[in-house]
Amino acid sequence: MTVMDNHDALGTDRGSRLSEASARDFFELLKPRVMSLVVFTAFAGLILAPGQINPVLGVISILCIAVGAGASGALNMWYDADIDAIMTRTAKRPIPAGRILPQEALAFGLTLSVFSVVILGLAVNWFSAGLLAFTIFFYVVVYTMWLKRSTPQNIVIGGASGAFPPMIGWACVTGGVSLDSILLFLIIFLWTPAHFWALALFKMRDYGSVGVPMMPNVAGEASTKNQIIVYAVLTAVTAVAPTFTGLAGLGYGIFAAVLGAIFVICSIAVRRMPDGDEKMMPAKKMFAYSIFYLFAIFSALLADRLLAGLPHLLGGLL
Amino acid sequence: METVKLSEAQKKSRRNRNIALGVVLAGLVVLFYIMTLVKIGGVGN
Repeated sequence: MTVMDNHDALGTDRGSRLSEASARDFFELLKPRVMSLVVFTAFAGLILAPGQINPVLGVISILCIAVGAGASGALNMWYDADIDAIMTRTAKRPIPAGRILPQEALAFGLTLSVFSVVILGLAVNWFSAGLLAFTIFFYVVVYTMWLKRSTPQNIVIGGASGAFPPMIGWACVTGGVSLDSILLFLIIFLWTPAHFWALALFKMRDYGSVGVPMMPNVAGEASTKNQIIVYAVLTAVTAVAPTFTGLAGLGYGIFAAVLGAIFVICSIAVRRMPDGDEKMMPAKKMFAYSIFYLFAIFSALLADRLLAGLPHLLGGLL
Repeated sequence: METVKLSEAQKKSRRNRNIALGVVLAGLVVLFYIMTLVKIGGVGN
């Protein structure tokens, strides 16, 4: 028999707090859109790594990395529920909307974190499991709890957590880290500020209203736009580098150079945007292009690897 | 003693969560079974 307590810690009657959350609400806690990027880049790391992995273990690896990333998303939503409730972009998330209680999200996130790390360790290797655990820790504790509300460099440093998945995928196959896996990490790491600050420019008021020190609110629009160009250039250059380390071929290099040039052109268009521009179309275009750019770069790396292996595959068949 | 009386919406969402949890648990059983086959039985190597 369940005893009902209608009072919160302050003794305020808050009515019945029995959950009406659906499975879909819990799935939403995992930030499925972010998860899709994580799955894709982790898969790329897994395929690009030298050596082979049992296909079943490969699928389990991706599943664990996806669940680990989702778990950190749930823990992020648990901690940030107060500011999520104020920002228009996040107000409809399950916790601020009242569909899931904060403690439910906390328990859900912690359980999934432990499960994903332990299963990855048992099924694949403990190095990749350790890297996954560190990624969850970095996103939840270093970024969400510490950096996000204390420095405008929050997403620069915190972006590392989003950049780890291809390294984890790589480590699942090799059991370690190499220059090429660091390169995959760097592409996402350097891409994050340009991607996120483009969003922050046209969501500046949202971040300002909750006191999150995003770069446009702290350093101003002009400085942010200059920094976006710097990071766009660094990303474009780094994305070509796999051609020089032997990770990818010349075709990939040319493709990455063209995409990178467009990325830089987008950042220059953002720089030319007049101060006080209400619509901020160049920033919105840059944000949309940045998502396409990252998917395209990793798709090209995968296609390059597939094409490189094709003669060998056909030779084996004939 | 005051006890809980679930509303229809709460019953519906609880059933929805129970089904999802059941699917996840069944998935884990299959996952561990396959993992065992691969790790111990060398399936797919």
